[in-house]
Amino acid sequence: MLNVKNMNVYYGNIYAIKDVSFDVNEGEIVTLIGSNGAGKSTILKTISGLLRSKTGSIAFLGETIENSASHAIVKRGLAHVPEGRRVFLQMSVQENLEMGHYTQPRITMNERIEDVYERFPRLKERYKQRAGTLSGGEQQMLAMGRALMSRPKLLMLDEPSMGLAPLLVDQIFEIIKELASLGVTILLVEQNAQMALSLANRGYVLETGKITLTDSAKNLLENDAVRRAYLGG
Amino acid sequence: MLILDQLINALQLGSIYALVALGYSMVYGIIKLLNFAHGDVIMVGGYIAIFSLAAGHHPALAFFLIVFGCTLLAVVMEKLAYTPLRTAPRISVLITAIGISILLQNLAQFFFEARPLPLHIPLPTGSINIAGTTLAYTMIITIMASVLSMLALNFVVSRTRLGKAMRAVSEDGEAAQLMGINVNNVVTFTFAVGAALAGIGAILYFVRFPVVTPTVGAMLGLKAFIAAVLGGIGSIPGAMFGGFAIGILEVLVTAAGFSRWTDGAVFLVLIIVLLVRPTGLMGRKIVEKV
Ligand SMILES: Nc1ncnc2c1ncn2[C@@H]1O[C@H](COP(=O)(O)OP(=O)(O)OP(=O)(O)O)[C@@H](O)[C@H]1O
Ligand SMILES: [Mg+2]
Repeated sequence: MLNVKNMNVYYGNIYAIKDVSFDVNEGEIVTLIGSNGAGKSTILKTISGLLRSKTGSIAFLGETIENSASHAIVKRGLAHVPEGRRVFLQMSVQENLEMGHYTQPRITMNERIEDVYERFPRLKERYKQRAGTLSGGEQQMLAMGRALMSRPKLLMLDEPSMGLAPLLVDQIFEIIKELASLGVTILLVEQNAQMALSLANRGYVLETGKITLTDSAKNLLENDAVRRAYLGG
Repeated sequence: MLILDQLINALQLGSIYALVALGYSMVYGIIKLLNFAHGDVIMVGGYIAIFSLAAGHHPALAFFLIVFGCTLLAVVMEKLAYTPLRTAPRISVLITAIGISILLQNLAQFFFEARPLPLHIPLPTGSINIAGTTLAYTMIITIMASVLSMLALNFVVSRTRLGKAMRAVSEDGEAAQLMGINVNNVVTFTFAVGAALAGIGAILYFVRFPVVTPTVGAMLGLKAFIAAVLGGIGSIPGAMFGGFAIGILEVLVTAAGFSRWTDGAVFLVLIIVLLVRPTGLMGRKIVEKV
């Protein structure tokens, strides 16, 4: 479904992503794990068209997207929940959802908003409130709900558990599992490797811009090097 | 009653500043650009008015041509000069804006000479008497037209799809792109709306000061810019508030017998705001991204 080949990304002189290739197949949950500054967010931003790779290609559903504008990529069914949630703090919860529907025909909007409210009842209770008044967990739900408004075929999540209490992390991962069971393909970026690997089918380990290891999630959980580096022994 | 008289006077002037300040503020809010050519759009509106009225157009057609011409000019300016610089350093874009301003003024001088041209905007003359105060129709029309324009703007920004997208882009351009918003379209739309308001402001300005020169937009633009900074640049209510505040200040200074110092007083406001509260009265804290 998503095929990344030979991605090389620079920030000026900083060589951030070094010849990264990987695939996500339809129906999978794939996780990209790596520590601080490994380049996880950079990869997602490049897929979304916010950054450009110097070389290689990115294909989504068999069509190349490496030269497409971000808004065109979203329209094809690839949604990206960015790191730090990035909800529109000055806008209401409902307006945030409306923005998520921007690429879609207007007639489906209310129905989809209701769907999101059904999945995240907390958001319905607060539909008129400014997103800036929500708690971290609620903002994460809003960020995910907003991305779901475009009915994505592939959902990319950048550290959805960041800064959340353990109970909320469980809740968010539960929702990710549910989305996957509904047929949404998921590319999950996490520092919380334990949680991510327990959910995913496959994983890639990223170190300073390079993929150093790839295997089934189960094998990665048992891999000694991975355990030492990311699972606390 | 002298006070009421002065208040209406201040509201008239202030509403013109507010209309022009809105364009400054909205464009800044969305691409962090101080569009110093914004004031010159008004000058172009003045020349359009002169030609349209001299051609014998119905005033309604003339007004439409002014607003349309200003809007078109801003959109062309944005497409030709600013879009190619979307990822350029901010200082390059700022210098470009100043360059366009100078270019427009020189073009006007080349085509129409520097000589001031009289411009009579045909609005109903006459006045009504309320509580001992004589109110010219032009004053009432000016204030009403501005208030209606601002209500319309408020509707666009809070209710329409593009208006909401504008707020989204102004808050977080990258996140807006991830929503599927075409930022270029939204930026163009913002320039268009700002210039349309400036076009209306131009009509109302020339009602009050019926002379067009190539540099007529420069001082008006500068004052509107100060109004936008006072209210908090990037903030729509801030620009409205700042515009009225500057209008009131000028009228007060004049009424106090210091009419030669009105411009000075306005610039003093800029200095004070920048020293004491650079985010303006209603501005949000500017978080510089590292
Ligand atoms: N805007 C930028 N300008 C310059 N360098 C950057 C920029 N953004 C990221 N980098 C650098 O690129 C590298 C990868 O950053 P990236 O944000 O992709 O890492 P990450 O794996 O997402 O980290 P984290 O887990 O902290 O989110 C880092 O070394 C970072 O310092
Ligand atoms: Mg990151």
